[in-house]
Amino acid sequence: MSDILLQIDGKEVTAREGMTVLEAARAAGIVIPTLCYHEKLEPYGACRICIVEADMNGRKSLVASCVHPVEAGLIVRTTSEQIHRIRKTIVELLLAHAPDSVQLQALAQQYGADKDYYEKQASFCIHCGLCVRYCTEIKKKNAVGFVDRGTRREINFVPHLAAQECWNCKECFPLCPTSYLQAAYVLVEALTIPQPPFKVAAGR
Amino acid sequence: MPRLQSPEALESIRKELASKRDSQRPCISVCAGTGCIAAGAGEVIAAFKAEIEKQGLQADVDTKGTGCPGFCERGPVVVIYPEEICYLQVKPQDVVDIVSQTIKEKKVIDRLLYVDPTTKAKAVRESDIPFYRNQRRTIIGNNIKIDPKSIEDYLVIGGYTALAKVLFAMTPEQVVEEVKTSDLRGRGGAGFPTGKKWEGARNAPGDTKYVIVNADEGDPGAFMDRALLEGNPHSVLEGLIIGAYAIGAHEGYIYVRQEYPLAVENVTLAIKQAEEYGLLGKDILGSNFDFSVTVHRGAGAFVCGEETSLLMSLEGKVGEPRTRPPYPVTKGLWGKPTTINNVETWANVPLIINGGAEAFSSVGTEGSKGTKIFSLVGKVNNTGLVEVPMGITLRDIIFEVGGGIPGGKKFKAVQTGGPSGGCIPEAHLDTPVDFDELTRVGAIMGSGGMIVMDEDTCPVDVARYFVEFLTDESCGKCVPCREGIRQMHTILTAITTGKGKEGDIQRLEHLAEVTSTASLCALGKSAPNPVLSTLRYFRDEYEAHIKEKRCPALSCKELIAYHIDPEKCQACMICLRKCSAGAIVGGKNQIHVVDQDKCTKCGTCFEVCPPRFGAVQKISGEPVPAPLPEAERTTVRKANTNE
Repeated sequence: MSDILLQIDGKEVTAREGMTVLEAARAAGIVIPTLCYHEKLEPYGACRICIVEADMNGRKSLVASCVHPVEAGLIVRTTSEQIHRIRKTIVELLLAHAPDSVQLQALAQQYGADKDYYEKQASFCIHCGLCVRYCTEIKKKNAVGFVDRGTRREINFVPHLAAQECWNCKECFPLCPTSYLQAAYVLVEALTIPQPPFKVAAGR
Repeated sequence: MPRLQSPEALESIRKELASKRDSQRPCISVCAGTGCIAAGAGEVIAAFKAEIEKQGLQADVDTKGTGCPGFCERGPVVVIYPEEICYLQVKPQDVVDIVSQTIKEKKVIDRLLYVDPTTKAKAVRESDIPFYRNQRRTIIGNNIKIDPKSIEDYLVIGGYTALAKVLFAMTPEQVVEEVKTSDLRGRGGAGFPTGKKWEGARNAPGDTKYVIVNADEGDPGAFMDRALLEGNPHSVLEGLIIGAYAIGAHEGYIYVRQEYPLAVENVTLAIKQAEEYGLLGKDILGSNFDFSVTVHRGAGAFVCGEETSLLMSLEGKVGEPRTRPPYPVTKGLWGKPTTINNVETWANVPLIINGGAEAFSSVGTEGSKGTKIFSLVGKVNNTGLVEVPMGITLRDIIFEVGGGIPGGKKFKAVQTGGPSGGCIPEAHLDTPVDFDELTRVGAIMGSGGMIVMDEDTCPVDVARYFVEFLTDESCGKCVPCREGIRQMHTILTAITTGKGKEGDIQRLEHLAEVTSTASLCALGKSAPNPVLSTLRYFRDEYEAHIKEKRCPALSCKELIAYHIDPEKCQACMICLRKCSAGAIVGGKNQIHVVDQDKCTKCGTCFEVCPPRFGAVQKISGEPVPAPLPEAERTTVRKANTNE
């Protein structure tokens, strides 16, 4: 593993081969916002809030820093007017789902995002996939996964796995930025865990 | 069939096959592509076989189901050789006449010929029909000449000569160089230089490499790749084997969608035949080069046409894109260097090898060489597959090859590149077909979908349609694509249903910027193109929808009303009887009135009102005139006045 020299926001940064731009930036104390990133999990590149400008030999492109590998001579800019605009829109799109998320509210303040700019959506899941990936990669249980695709994509517990694995784990709960996961769990719990039969109250 | 052990053996079998064929022997070729099969070609072929047997002509006449020649509008298409007489829309009941008159008496049957809609001139030969005459059919032209289920047919027309040439007369580097010199660009849509891609995979470190045919054609209304894979599977296979030799791959995959059963069947059979002939498998033609191909059926996700999603799907994972870099040429299938090309790109390769890079690049423009196949559909007279030289203008494709717009309507726009492409208006019709020129006007070349729209088409609704398609077909992984498409769809639906608000256009522009720049893969990056291009050329129509609640094309149902002009209505009761909603009030000698509360806006009254009356009107953006008071509705029809 050799050292790689690159530049982030005008600062010379040394990184190891195989690192991502986000890791290199964090190691150098440069902050890039993230939502779907988690240091214990494989980079996912889905929320795109960590977008930065990568300039390789004059060829500029916008890339997700959490998945973009470091390269020698790469010049990275973590902020620009366009990057600010993109992050603002991403936060606004997610606020349409989860206006009460503390994490999103903090980002909204930072980027001047308006939670009412886009039409409200029924589901408050923002599809960061933290629960799904944590369960797959760390716990290796696959008790929660994505179903369907496109705008119908949702997370869902697999009922028979959830009934066996989840009740004494729930390690994914604190990862969820919107508490949609807990709601989904309540549903699967109601479906899978036998409930005591309803008793009709005496006298009625 | 013993496996061929040398290029000489291939040539001798080719000569032997050719010598058994008499070019003067009558042959009835019926298109057996999916389109013509759906129009009844199967029955037509069966009827020919039965009739020929009945008339005792089996020994003198061949009957063959062939690949798709492209004129799907007029299928089933029958071509009779050696005269090349072309009959269109042939039905089983026409077969007796064809056999007894054309085959036996060499008489042409007038009623089955192509008639030019303007000059009324009839065309006897295929090449006389303007639809074909204005094309340059180097790839798809062979389809009608061969039975796609017969490798012998392909060998007779010179098949696998290019393969023999590269294996015995060229080094892999020379093959890469030849393809580079030809300036062939990928026909899947993005137009990446094929030779450069091959070079990347050839130079990538590693012993195991793969080549893949991307036959996951998904654009609505596009079927170029299907027609090639169905109609001439060996040409694609030959290109693939050559590519494998060039980059050093010994395994290949054909990723084809399950919805193309005939393509799957024909290409699977082609692989089997090529293996039997020693053109695939171990030690091809005695050259020591080994290569095998597997057909992989995709489950029909649009996003799997995107190369990294295709790789995920091939590996048995969920079809979602992965991040590039690394690019597939260095880390593709199972992490190995992989070349993925579109069906049409592969089919171009044997042509380049046989004819030379220079001959290939002599056709086309500075930046785009060779020909391109389009599926020309929508509001155009001659729908079907067309192959044209790069550099031809859109106007020539639509008006010369396509025969213009039906029903005397005005041309409005053409959408190239499907959901990733853009709408090009009349003002840019002289744009040449060229990767860069089409991008410059806000569309893309795409894989070859070309949808023609007339004055009755609402561009806002077109944008809504394509975005709606993508709400289902986005994989849903990244935020800009999933949420951007969701919100664009919500806004476009609101605009087309009269609920558009001030600021909606600006919101669309914000979403388009973010979706096109921040999405993970090409699906998201190109998803806003239909919105951006219609905004660019038809902004006034967006504004009319939002501000005046008016659809200028009179197409958006929620924004139009049907009204019967009392001055013109002859109380003929045609519309009254045809209205399925019972929304037309009136009777004999009673001027008809549309009950707006009951009207479902199906448009039937508008269509059935005799043109000489023209009483039913579509109105938008203005109040429906109040109906005549009932007492004034009695009318006496002109024809009845003499009674």
